[in-house]
Amino acid sequence: MMQLKCPWCGMRDESEFVCGGTTHLARPPLTATDAEWAEYLFFRDNPKDVHLERWRHAYGCGQWFNLARHTVTHEVSSVYAMTERPPGSG
Amino acid sequence: MRYSALALVRGALSAHRHWAPVWRSPEPKPSYDIVIVGGGGHGLATAYYLAKNHRITKVAVLERGWLGGGNTGRNTTIVRSNYLYPESARLYDFALKLYERLSRELNFNIMLSQRGLIDLAHSRHDLDSMARWVNAMHMNGVDAELLSRDEVAEWLPLLDMSPDARYPVLGGFLQRRAGTARHDAVAWGYARAADALGVDIIQNCEVTGFRTGADGRVVGVETSRGRIQAERIGIAAAGHSSVLAKLAGFRLPVVSYALQAMVTEPLKPALDAVVLSPGTGAYLSQSDKGEMVIGAFLDLFPSYAQRGSFAVLQAIVAATLAMFPSFSRLRLMRQWAGIVDVVHDSSPIIGPTPVPGLYINCGWGTGGFKAIPAGGWTLAHVLATGRNHELAEPFQLERFTTGRLIDEAAAAGIAH
Repeated sequence: MMQLKCPWCGMRDESEFVCGGTTHLARPPLTATDAEWAEYLFFRDNPKDVHLERWRHAYGCGQWFNLARHTVTHEVSSVYAMTERPPGSG
Repeated sequence: MRYSALALVRGALSAHRHWAPVWRSPEPKPSYDIVIVGGGGHGLATAYYLAKNHRITKVAVLERGWLGGGNTGRNTTIVRSNYLYPESARLYDFALKLYERLSRELNFNIMLSQRGLIDLAHSRHDLDSMARWVNAMHMNGVDAELLSRDEVAEWLPLLDMSPDARYPVLGGFLQRRAGTARHDAVAWGYARAADALGVDIIQNCEVTGFRTGADGRVVGVETSRGRIQAERIGIAAAGHSSVLAKLAGFRLPVVSYALQAMVTEPLKPALDAVVLSPGTGAYLSQSDKGEMVIGAFLDLFPSYAQRGSFAVLQAIVAATLAMFPSFSRLRLMRQWAGIVDVVHDSSPIIGPTPVPGLYINCGWGTGGFKAIPAGGWTLAHVLATGRNHELAEPFQLERFTTGRLIDEAAAAGIAH
């Protein structure tokens, strides 16, 4: 079973977590066009590569955190806080 | 060679040495009218209907691996058209009607078995929503029936009907025309028929880029076997649609997930319907070989790995045993996953893309197999004529901007 490292609770089984999808999506301003709003709501990179995503330790501490995880190997290369910038972005 | 009982007898007299490969494996030509990316059911059906309905035969199907090696070979072989909204009902029932005559049309036995699909009701709420569902299907001209608890018990003698079951069965809902079809045969039948009409089927040929002219229109593809020109290109790549879209320079409202399934060792006939349980989350049927074919729900995180997680496997085996306790001694023979292209409203996308000349058929999510004939028919129509087929008109990429979604999530049959 895949295990993820919760920043507060340590390594736990995948089944304790809920994936919240792509992270770092910035909500567009209220002046956004329908197309910009659709991009924000629905359109995704969906990479076959490293994916930056948010997870919640739903059946543990309940906290949200960010992961950089490869979508083919499922290998996690980085775990970082919700307010942190993605790894490698300076 | 045309298949028939007589041909089989004649073949037996010559010790069955007459069998030949049923499609050619040609080298790619430098140029085609239309190139289809993806040699699964949808791509092969598209090529067949281009040749059959539109008489366009300068067509190549490019497949990265082998024919039907993606989701076409990884599904649970279920065909049905029990959808809720009129747009979906029209599209999926058209697919089922094409399936009903496909063996004869392709002269290839797809082993369609309309054994019926039973959705179980576990609560008063389930019974009420199924009554609404059946009414909606009747309004859309699709067959559906409500079943009483006793009718379900009679049809499925091995099902746990005890009132203290974790999810007690109160009744169900039946589509008699639903059932199963041999998934590989669908791919092979379309491939054979398309090849016979002159379509080139090219395996082990990965598309690595799209070439566009000065006006932004596609003019061809770069592949692992060289450059191929094409006037129009159709993508039918399911879970890998976003990867191809990225090569062409646009994004899709799609997220790829692994959906797993498994089969047990073969048994004598024991289950004479496809059974879905919204309560437990499992759905199963018995293959003609006798294996119990068990489908799971999604591994709910983005993935391109064609393997399912153990957590979901465990949950779905437990769910199956909650329904059929007597299966507890069966061994699982195989377990696998396919990468499905999930869209927010659980409805497909069939039509033009932001790149002129490039068309796509994707977003079928967990239900692409049942839709193969309709997906191929409608993608072929837009590729050949430049106009959307009327059945595909509601299923355009623009709906995510206009907000006219067709939210079939509630009617997908199982909680994905």
